[in-house]
Amino acid sequence: MTTADSFSSSVLLEIYRKALLIRVVDEGIRGLILSGNLRIAMHPPTGQEIVAAAMGLNLETTDYLVTIYRGLHDQLAKGIPITLVVAEYFAKATGACKGKGGPMHMTHPESGVMVTSGVVGSGMPIANGLAWASQIKGDNRVTVTSFGDGASNIGAFHEALNLAALWKLPIVFLCQNNRYGESTTYADATASSTVAERATAYGKNMVGVSVDGNDPESMWTAMRTAVVRARAGEGPTLLEANTFRLSGHYCGDSSPYIPKEEMEEAVANDPIKLTREAVIKSGAATEAALDEMKEAFEAELEEAMKFAHESPAPDLSEVETDVYGAA
Amino acid sequence: MSEQSTINFTQAYALALDEAMAADPTVVLLGEDIGDKEGGGVFKVTAGLSTKYGDVRVRTTPISEQAIAGAAIGASLAGMRPVAEIMFMNFMTVAMDQIVNHAAKLRFMSGGATSVPITLRTRSGAGSGNGGQHSDMLEAWFAHVPGIKVVIPSSPADAVGLLRACIEDDDPCLFIEDGLTRTVKGPAPGPNHILPLGKAHVEREGSDVSVISYGRPLQEIRKLADQFAGEGVSVEIVDIRTVSPLDTDTIVTSVCKTGRAIVAHEAVRSFGAGAEIAARIQEHAFSSLKAPVKRVASKDSTVPFAHSLELEFLYKASDIEAAVRQTLDGM
Repeated sequence: MTTADSFSSSVLLEIYRKALLIRVVDEGIRGLILSGNLRIAMHPPTGQEIVAAAMGLNLETTDYLVTIYRGLHDQLAKGIPITLVVAEYFAKATGACKGKGGPMHMTHPESGVMVTSGVVGSGMPIANGLAWASQIKGDNRVTVTSFGDGASNIGAFHEALNLAALWKLPIVFLCQNNRYGESTTYADATASSTVAERATAYGKNMVGVSVDGNDPESMWTAMRTAVVRARAGEGPTLLEANTFRLSGHYCGDSSPYIPKEEMEEAVANDPIKLTREAVIKSGAATEAALDEMKEAFEAELEEAMKFAHESPAPDLSEVETDVYGAA
Repeated sequence: MSEQSTINFTQAYALALDEAMAADPTVVLLGEDIGDKEGGGVFKVTAGLSTKYGDVRVRTTPISEQAIAGAAIGASLAGMRPVAEIMFMNFMTVAMDQIVNHAAKLRFMSGGATSVPITLRTRSGAGSGNGGQHSDMLEAWFAHVPGIKVVIPSSPADAVGLLRACIEDDDPCLFIEDGLTRTVKGPAPGPNHILPLGKAHVEREGSDVSVISYGRPLQEIRKLADQFAGEGVSVEIVDIRTVSPLDTDTIVTSVCKTGRAIVAHEAVRSFGAGAEIAARIQEHAFSSLKAPVKRVASKDSTVPFAHSLELEFLYKASDIEAAVRQTLDGM
């Protein structure tokens, strides 16, 4: 999936392509939930698409990703086929996890999505293990572990970053700082002014970088640098991607705790809108081509939803299957 | 028994790790102080292994139980067979999220797409004056989580065979070592001795009463069985070996034969493995019972520091003996 060595208008277009796919699927699923047609818990990634797209474009399929319950953007960016994602949201036997994991536990090793966890901060120690295995085997893979700003305050964060720096693991800690941990502001929960500055506590092996995660060039370049560094065996990066959560902590959360002006400004700066404008301005694609791109994704989503809708529910015997492996 | 043919528990754990590492290059060890530079582990189980296999495969970690458990889980997802040492069982509680929410469940939640073939070695047991945070037997906590296998050996040879089995198993296994009996010796097994998990062992056949147990109490139960034999009472000893998944069939078959059952463990009495075993006996062997199922366990309290209190806390061999006599009287 690695595209280029330096940022260009064609990279910008690829970022937009991935980000748009994410937005289309996100909107489609939220639409089903809000209209009462899909009764599931969902934590939308709306507004954080550029972060994920830039991440996905800088990774190979064989690279590992550990993500979290707000993970739709990461999962699609890493390459899980839409049909498997949507069927899992629909809790069908044809889903990525046979309907047994759901959005909060989406797993697809073929795309490198090894774990999706619903427990804040718990993915980082596991991601270290994947990176450790790569280090032992010398398989040249990079592991990315994605988490929110809230997760930087749980103990596992410290244990994981210390170990990663100590062992110089090929890993990127991708903190998607969306300014709110559930309904508490970043400043009301975090003593440091940035997450990235905490990297200094882990010595020379760890680099801390804070970027505008909604800006395609900044985000892509920072991700590229971190992945290249990890793959070269130079150590981990704590990459803080500053972004904003546009659709609440969960689908149905109207975010009453976010000041009106703050939300209005964020909506006005919707990264999908701004990136679309930037793509057109760069000449990488015309307005008409981007409209066509969106229609194609909508058609793909519709097809995936039809497939999911028509798919069977998991067999009831699945309750006691996969608890243990074959004896 | 000649000196060459015996082995103690500590040597048994070390032998199993050495054999497993020699047999499979994906077996890696991690834990606090486990390298030779740090003395080969607080309990010396891993002594010599980092020198023999290198510090890439035998990796000393910071005191970070979440990071240790997580690294083991992650490495296992990538095809390794990590064996993590958690120094004391009470320290497992620091890593419960990793163990309960992840190691146990990733196979299920991924619909079988991934699995977590890790072994967590840990140590516990009262009687050494370590007080309330270094002595608990928490096996029932983990047995209550589907997806984890919980294994406790009662002899050095079993320790080798069961630890090898845990490492070769494709699911997360918790292997519990008893601190107090670490120097107790027993017959050494032959090379590559591997026992099945989830299978109880009828180690002594008898006809009057079944004593069902695991781990340390077996040391006392074996002596009691000899003593009762002298009185003409035939004791059958069932060592469950694997607390979870529990081998119900072997237990039920034994109790149906003898009609009497004692369940003994070191862990505190309430909500322990003994309760589960007693429940399964009444579910499957009720009509064969000639007496109520008896439980012998430690008291429902915190492990005390003072030795006199610690002994008072612990189950006693005399409790097991009394339980057998009461059961024989139909009480």
